[in-house]
Amino acid sequence: MTGIVALYIFMLAAFTGYEVIARVPVILHTPLMSGSNFVHGIVLVGAMVALGGAQTPLEKTIGFIGVLLAAGNAMGGYVVTERMLEMFKSSGARAGAAKRAH
Amino acid sequence: MPAWLSADLAIQASYFVTAALFIIGLKRMSSPVSARSGILWAGAGMAVATLVTFLYPGMSNYGLILPAMFVGAGLAWWSGKRVAMTDMPQMIALYNGMGGGAAAAIAAVELYRGGTQGYATSTLAVAGGIIGAVSFSGSAIAFGKLQGLITRSIRFSGQQILNLVVLAAALVLGALVASQTNASPAVVTGFFVLALILGLTMTLPIGGADMPVVISLYNALTGLAVAFEGFVLNNAAMIIAGTVVGSAGTLLTQLMAKAMNRSLGNVLFSGFGDTGAAATGEVTGSLKPIEAADVGVMMAFAQKVIIVPGYGMAVAQAQHKIWELAQLLIDRGVNVRFAIHPVAGRMPGHMNVLLAEAGVPYDLISDLDEINAEFETADVALIIGANDVVNPVARTDKSSPIYGMPILNADKAKNVIVIKRGKGAGFSGIENALFYLDNTRMLYGDAQKAGAELIQAIKAV
Repeated sequence: MTGIVALYIFMLAAFTGYEVIARVPVILHTPLMSGSNFVHGIVLVGAMVALGGAQTPLEKTIGFIGVLLAAGNAMGGYVVTERMLEMFKSSGARAGAAKRAH
Repeated sequence: MPAWLSADLAIQASYFVTAALFIIGLKRMSSPVSARSGILWAGAGMAVATLVTFLYPGMSNYGLILPAMFVGAGLAWWSGKRVAMTDMPQMIALYNGMGGGAAAAIAAVELYRGGTQGYATSTLAVAGGIIGAVSFSGSAIAFGKLQGLITRSIRFSGQQILNLVVLAAALVLGALVASQTNASPAVVTGFFVLALILGLTMTLPIGGADMPVVISLYNALTGLAVAFEGFVLNNAAMIIAGTVVGSAGTLLTQLMAKAMNRSLGNVLFSGFGDTGAAATGEVTGSLKPIEAADVGVMMAFAQKVIIVPGYGMAVAQAQHKIWELAQLLIDRGVNVRFAIHPVAGRMPGHMNVLLAEAGVPYDLISDLDEINAEFETADVALIIGANDVVNPVARTDKSSPIYGMPILNADKAKNVIVIKRGKGAGFSGIENALFYLDNTRMLYGDAQKAGAELIQAIKAV
């Protein structure tokens, strides 16, 4: 990947992020913050590569901590977001669920 | 394996799919109807990317990678499942800080190893390193404050100067590392230590009320750090995901700051509460208490009741009781609505999450713009542990530090009932003029207990 292509990716991704969030209702701000927190858990793949290429004990130690933290970010972000979003149901869906339960 | 199907192609193709899944997932999370499936899409993307990364050419240390993944993910899974809904904000801060720390760790490994080639790459590694490290230690402080481990906001004169000195020193060492390409380990270590200290000294003076904005900011910063390290590792999935989070998080941070009528600079560089105590303003009238039985009758025979929850409801874990109360009223034919201020609670949307947990359908919940015109036709506005977000001085008193903050116009309702534990002021330390109005009555007590009393009172009608 050449520098200029990387720069294009950076710009397009920045606009994408802005557009995706632009018209979000306040009710979803916390779940969305949590969801985007999960998405940057992708740092896990970088941490894996960094530890995979580490040679000295110092590099390995830091790499180990990196993978540990990144895995925590990804898994924690997922669990917490999923728990929050699990609660979003409309009264229609709720009434339907209640009827089925009876 | 056919010749065209190399490990590299499989990795690139999988990262491409992952980036698409992340964007689709986030897009779905931005609407209440599709939000629940959004996390599944993003989760599938993460699983694909993680698995395919094991195919990376030249990888070793699998004996370290796997245990680190299992321990990190296991601890996070365990804590994420256990945490109460009211404590979500600090858990987001914690997991976010871990991501920042991981980005800094990547930078550290690459810089110690001298694995960065060219000034551009080493500069990006250093930039991602400092941002990630600040996000790591700063988020740890934010977690400590919201969890109640750190109760005081440490402020002293010359604090901004200290921050600037630490920042300048970190930048000097960072520039040394970036320009020499193969900087000595001592310089690299010094750089990271300073970056971590910067995160601490920047976050310690910020008050608990501002933590949501700070967490959101660190979330965006972590995204940016991940993107920078993605450039270093030539990893498109990290660049795209990190940048999307960076820009989305920045926008989210601005929306939150705007909802509190404060600029980001104001949040970061001035302690809230400093000005609040000085500008209490004169409030006339008296606090008029009321009994739960009277409130029950008042609400049972009302046409329209608007409930305004605040942090007090979260502290008392009263959301289930309040929904039970609302259901009783709905069964009696009362039009019940929930009005949520953008910054009620500890985080925007915090109240929505708690009400959703209790089972309140989201279409009964309205935000500021939707509900404000309706207070004039409401018979009762029931304020549960909310304070600053319903303080009318934000509309009227130019000397007040919250002047100009958009508020819920609860004071326009025919009757205002305030459930409150005591007579103290809100987060901002400002007296609330609403409590002294002629149409306001105070129902003292913890929101859980008051809710139970109200339920009894309405059942007795």
